[in-house]
Amino acid sequence: MTGRRRGHARLRTLTRARVVLAVASTAALLAAAACTPAPRQSGPAPAGAQASGAVEFWHPFTDRENDAMNQVLADFRASHPKIKVTVKGGQDDAKMTQAIGAGNGPDVGLSYSTDIVGKFCSSGAWIDLNPYLKRDSVDLGAFAGPVKQYTEFNGKRCAMPVLADAYGIYYNSDLFAAAGIANPPRTLAELADDAKKITVFKPDGSIKVAGFLPLFNFYENSPAHLAPAVGATWLARDGKSAIGSDPAWKDLLTWQKSLVDWYGYDKLEAFRSSLGDEFSADNAFQKGQVAINIDAEFRLAFLADQAPNVKFGVAPLPTRDGANYGAGYVTGNVIGVSKTAKNPEAAWELVKYLTANTGTIVKLANGLKNVPTTTDALSSPALEAGPEFKTFIQIFTNPRSSTTPPSPVGPAYQEKFQDFLSSYQAGKVADLNAGLKDVDNQINQLIQLGG
Amino acid sequence: MVAPTVRLADRRVTRRSAAPARRSRIRHTLTVLSFMAPAVIGLAVFLLYPLASAVYFSFTKFDLISTPHWVGLSNYRAMAHDPTLRKAAVNTLYLVVVMVPARIAAAIGSALLLTRFKRGGGFYRTLFYLPALAPPVAATLAFVFLFKPGTGPVNTMLRSVGIQGPLWFNDPGWAKPSLVLLGLWGVGDIMIIFLAALLDVPQMYYEAAELDGANAWQRFRYVTWASISPVITFVAITGVIQTLQYFTQAAVAASVASGQATTGGGISSTFGYPLGSTFTYPLWLYMVGFRYNALGYANALAVVLFVVAFAATAVLLRRTFRGETTR
Repeated sequence: MTGRRRGHARLRTLTRARVVLAVASTAALLAAAACTPAPRQSGPAPAGAQASGAVEFWHPFTDRENDAMNQVLADFRASHPKIKVTVKGGQDDAKMTQAIGAGNGPDVGLSYSTDIVGKFCSSGAWIDLNPYLKRDSVDLGAFAGPVKQYTEFNGKRCAMPVLADAYGIYYNSDLFAAAGIANPPRTLAELADDAKKITVFKPDGSIKVAGFLPLFNFYENSPAHLAPAVGATWLARDGKSAIGSDPAWKDLLTWQKSLVDWYGYDKLEAFRSSLGDEFSADNAFQKGQVAINIDAEFRLAFLADQAPNVKFGVAPLPTRDGANYGAGYVTGNVIGVSKTAKNPEAAWELVKYLTANTGTIVKLANGLKNVPTTTDALSSPALEAGPEFKTFIQIFTNPRSSTTPPSPVGPAYQEKFQDFLSSYQAGKVADLNAGLKDVDNQINQLIQLGG
Repeated sequence: MVAPTVRLADRRVTRRSAAPARRSRIRHTLTVLSFMAPAVIGLAVFLLYPLASAVYFSFTKFDLISTPHWVGLSNYRAMAHDPTLRKAAVNTLYLVVVMVPARIAAAIGSALLLTRFKRGGGFYRTLFYLPALAPPVAATLAFVFLFKPGTGPVNTMLRSVGIQGPLWFNDPGWAKPSLVLLGLWGVGDIMIIFLAALLDVPQMYYEAAELDGANAWQRFRYVTWASISPVITFVAITGVIQTLQYFTQAAVAASVASGQATTGGGISSTFGYPLGSTFTYPLWLYMVGFRYNALGYANALAVVLFVVAFAATAVLLRRTFRGETTR
């Protein structure tokens, strides 16, 4: 082969290599561009600028809740004629995450669960709202402590609260009177005593009426909702699991297991299998099959609609020693502006309207039957709040009430713990301390993989 | 060895005659490629690209939103210390080993039965096929309510004849067999394939076997089974792949049985109920990816699932081909 032909061959090889390299680089760039959409705007516009344009808003509501949201959005359209809002109801978090990841996310997204706040803040799926809050002088002091906690992660406030849920107990007044109990329990020990007094067994030993059904994962009996009863903590300052190192959890589990053992785990499971679905008209509390139930303010609407004849009372969650009585678990819906928002200013305007405008919050609270999140809305005379609802407002505003902390792995720490509790209450855990340590390890591994 | 000597003039002649031949070959290749293009593009876009992406992301820490970070084999190493993965893999393996053969046996049995009907065959075919038409979520909901221990009609009927029925989907020991029963109820999808295969077996084979003195079992083993064995292989392979991806029925059955079918915040907290007995591999993959934000680990799980499905398919095909060669 001549030098010139060798040169040509090398040139061809080089050209081919360059083409392959160029194609590969373009493909990689396209893939990277497709996977990691850039934010459309680096920060808020100067104060005083009027927002305008189109905004796409996704939320999970359907039926009655969707109607309530539509009414508020109609008000927004009337007061903001320059902003055109397109709404998609019935959307879930997974769909929203994928859409934002693909660069086609909604401008504004609303989630049922605070579990997404950690991952949406840490990944940047929702933008930091602090600059907007500062520019528009939105007073965060008007929001309760847990609400501020579950809308922020590592100093980044990427979410705002759209109403809240406060958890306490519902008790059946007739069953309490029949058992000779005058007042709802204030401590966990009283709760266990009352449950035993009210429980009725059938002649074959199976449960006919349960005073309290202590199984974790029955309806709202989750560790998150019971944690305020003992002041248990989920995550340490470094973001790792604190479950194994917090003795409060051990106190709660020991109390719960002793009550499960009093009933008999198999009897409880058999009884649970005979009960209706939580959000159906066959709900066990509504049917008088369970006398004391952990639940939130939204149950009031179900009781009024599906079981108007049930006589009941509501009270804060019983606590370990009565010291923290009055506090409870607080959570709620959260809303944020996507990093892919085409019109962040108009998106923020909608978020602000839904979360910081007293009239809107009250109207939405009356429609959705949830707790409003600001002090002005809570004290508004327009708020429809009966005596039972007021109990939940007191739980919500109690300074010792708490929530589940945002984490970049969402609800992983709660659900891994719940898995363990299922085994524990079934009597399949020989060493509680070792089991809790193992839970810590599993949670920490997930935090490492996803956080 | 002597090198052949070719004169320059001869080479030019050969080149001149080779040029149209090469052009013709290129034209032919382009024609073939243009006909294949839709399929090739489809495969590349919808199979090879996602597969390659999954393999790449399995070596990264990725949350679907921010830029992936290369972590090497960390995700694969983490699998060795993941007890939830072990539990999910064991449950999925149970379903593959028990449900796939059970469904094939039930489908062949019911198809054989249907070939016997002289009258009303169409009615019974429809009846057997009907559950397979129901959407998986609706079918599972209905099935779990049928087997609800306290109030469901199955246990009510059992009680009426003096039998205390089990807790079915509420009992960790019975939950997986109940899922198998659910699979058997909806066996119509593969029953119809076996029915077509059975009706395709030439009648003369049976007549010849009868003349040779074959009894009913021998006729089934050496005529029916032998004739439909390629169909059995096909159904077994698709069944294994589908069962490795078993998601909807396990998720819905667990949430309905736990009494929390309609919670707003998502139903994944009930996945696996009771006591993790219905927790399958794809459920864990979904939770890790879309609930816990660990898309890199989820992709590693997906790659392993793909490898397992591929290996199972290869083993089944190999056994079938070996069997055919032996025959």
